Amino acid sequence: MIHPSGEERSNLATVLSVEHLRKKIGKKWIIDDVTFDVKSGEIFGFLGPNGAGKTTTIRMLVDLIKPTEGKVQICGYDVNRDPERALAFVGSIVENPEVYPYLTGWENLQHFARMQSGIDEQRIQEVVDIVRLDQRIHDKVKTYSLGMRQRLGIAQALLGRPKLLILDEPTNGLDPKGIKELRAFIRRLAEEGMAVFVSSHLLSEIQLLCDRVAIISRGRVLAVGGVNELVSGNANYVIWQLSPRPRGTEILVAHGAKIVDDPHTVLDDSIAAGLNENSVVTQFIGDSISNIVPILVNAGVEVRDVHKINPTLEQLFLEMTEGESIE
Amino acid sequence: MNSILPLIKNETIKMMKKKRFYVVILVLIVLVPIFVYAQMKIAETNREKFNSDWRLAVRQAITDNQNSLQSARVPEEWKKYRIIYIQQMKYYLEHDVNPQEPGGVGFTRQFMDNAATLFIPLLIMAIASDIVSSERSSGTIKMLLTRPVRRWKVLLSKLIALLMFVSLIVVSAFVISYLISGLVFGYKGFNIPVFTGFKLNGSDVDLSGVHAVPQWAYILMQCGLIWFMSITVAMLAFMVSVLVRSTAASIVIMMAALIAGTILTNMASAWTSAKYLFMVNLDLTNYLAGTPAPIEGMTLGFSLAVLAIWAAVSLLISFTVFTKQDILN
Repeated sequence: MIHPSGEERSNLATVLSVEHLRKKIGKKWIIDDVTFDVKSGEIFGFLGPNGAGKTTTIRMLVDLIKPTEGKVQICGYDVNRDPERALAFVGSIVENPEVYPYLTGWENLQHFARMQSGIDEQRIQEVVDIVRLDQRIHDKVKTYSLGMRQRLGIAQALLGRPKLLILDEPTNGLDPKGIKELRAFIRRLAEEGMAVFVSSHLLSEIQLLCDRVAIISRGRVLAVGGVNELVSGNANYVIWQLSPRPRGTEILVAHGAKIVDDPHTVLDDSIAAGLNENSVVTQFIGDSISNIVPILVNAGVEVRDVHKINPTLEQLFLEMTEGESIE
Repeated sequence: MNSILPLIKNETIKMMKKKRFYVVILVLIVLVPIFVYAQMKIAETNREKFNSDWRLAVRQAITDNQNSLQSARVPEEWKKYRIIYIQQMKYYLEHDVNPQEPGGVGFTRQFMDNAATLFIPLLIMAIASDIVSSERSSGTIKMLLTRPVRRWKVLLSKLIALLMFVSLIVVSAFVISYLISGLVFGYKGFNIPVFTGFKLNGSDVDLSGVHAVPQWAYILMQCGLIWFMSITVAMLAFMVSVLVRSTAASIVIMMAALIAGTILTNMASAWTSAKYLFMVNLDLTNYLAGTPAPIEGMTLGFSLAVLAIWAAVSLLISFTVFTKQDILN
C-alpha cells in the first residue's frame, strides 16, 4: 500500500472534490455537510453503517440525485452543471451492477460504449480481457452468476478509461476468493493512477484496501484521514490465551493492563465466538506486551497466544461520537 | 457525445431484443385470421339469403333499421345513428355502389376502422408502457444516466425509437390484415369507389359534399388518421411510463383511460365538456366514414387539435420530470 505523506499528496491532482454537500428529502436532511477530496492514484474508503447516507452521497457524485446545497467537482467540472464533461471521467457501479439480462455481455458493453465517444470494439475487448470474462462474454447476461455480473459491471465502468472509479459496496455477494481478487485488481488500477472510491460498511474491508477513509454516520462525515491514523488512534484490544487463567489475570492487572469484563460487547461476534475459558481480553497496552510476556512465563503461566484485535466499526463510532449510538 | 443516433440505435436494439415487437406481430397474425373467418361466415349467409345480390342485402339492412326507428325501446341517441346510416345506404344504392364489396382491401379498411380505438392502442401500449419504467424497475436507469449524456437526450432517443415502432405497428396491422384476408377474399379492390364527405346536421345528412374516392386513397387517409391517433396514445403512455415505476401500473392506467373513453362515447352526449378529453377523440376515422361524433360540436379539426394538445402537454411533463427527478431506488 502506497502511503503518500501529506506534502506528496498535495502535489497529486484532485480528481474528485466534494464541498459541503447537503441533501434534504421531505423535511429531513439526509446528507448534512459532507466534504472530502480524492486524489489520483488514491484508494478512498467511504465507511459507514447501512443507512448512514453512503449510497445517497454516491448518487450525488454521479448526478443521479441533485444536491440541495454544496457541489461535486470531477476533474474540475461541476457534475450538476456540466454532467456531459464531468461524467466522462467517471466509471461507476451504484449499488448492484444492473445490466440488461436479455442482452449478451458483449451487447451490454456495446450499448454503454455507444453512449460515450472514443470507445471502439478494441477497447471493449480490452476491458473484457481485464475482467477475464472472455469465455462467457457472448452469452446472455441472465445466465451469469452474481460474480460474473459484478465483473461485467466493472468492465462497463472501465470502458471510458475513467480517472475516477466509484464502487458501491463492491464485495457484496462475492466469495472470499473473489473478494481477494477484487482487492488486488483495485490496487493495480490505483497504481496505474486511477482514483478509486469504495464504499463499505465493513471496517476490515476498508483497512485492507484503502489509503484514506471518510467515516460517515447519519449523513455527517465524522472524520477524514489516513486509514491507519484513524484506526490505530483508537481503541484496540488484545486477546490472551493464558493457563492457568486466574494467575495470568493477576499478573496482567499488576502490570497495568485493563481487563475487559464483558468482551462480547466490544468484539465482533465472529471473534467473540472464538473465546474460551482461557481467554483474557484487555485494552491495548502498546509496547508493554513484550515486557509482560516474559514475566508471565517466568511466573509459570503458559502463554498460548497473544494477539491484537482492531476495534469494530461500532467501537470506532462510539469513540468518535462519544457514546452516541449509531442507527 | 453529441450525436443522438447511437442512442436511438441502443433503444431500437433493446426493443427488438425484448421481443415485445414480435409479440405484437404475433397477436396480429393470430387474431386477423379469426376476423377473416367471421367475415367469411357473414358473406356466406348473405349469399344464401340474398342470392349474392348485394342490393337486396342493402335494402334489407335499410328496412331493418327503418323498422327499429318505430320501436319505443330504441333510445333516441341510437335512432340518430340509424337515420344517418339509412341515408348513407340509400346513397350507395342510388349510385349503384356496393358498400361492402368483398375483397381483401375492403376487409382491411373495415378492420382498421374497428381496430383504431382499442386494438391498435393496446398494441402500442405493449411497447410504450415499459420503455422508461422497465429501466427504472430493473435499475439499469442508473447505468444509463451516469454516462456522459444529458438526460433529455436519453429520453429523446427513447421517444424517437418509440415513434418508429408505433409507425411500424400501424403499417404492420395494415399489411398483415391485407395479406391474410387476401388469401380468402382476393387481393383486388384498391380502385373500388368509396363515398366520403357526408356532412351531418343533427340527424340530417348533407349530401352536397359527398364524393367518391378510390378505396386506396380512402385507406391512405384512414391510416394517416390512425397514425396520428397512435402517436398521441404513444406519447401519453410514454408520460405514464416516466411517471410510474411499475410497468403493470402504467399499462393499467392507460387501459383504464382508453376504456373510459369508449364508455363515455356511449353516454356523454349530454356532458359536452367531455369532448376535451383525449379518449373520446380517438375515433378519427369516424369523420371519414361520416358516422356522427359522440358529442355535439366535435369536428375532425377539433379532434386533431385536442389530441395534439394532449400529446404536447404529455411530452412537456415527460421531459420536465425526467430531467429533474432524483433517482432514488
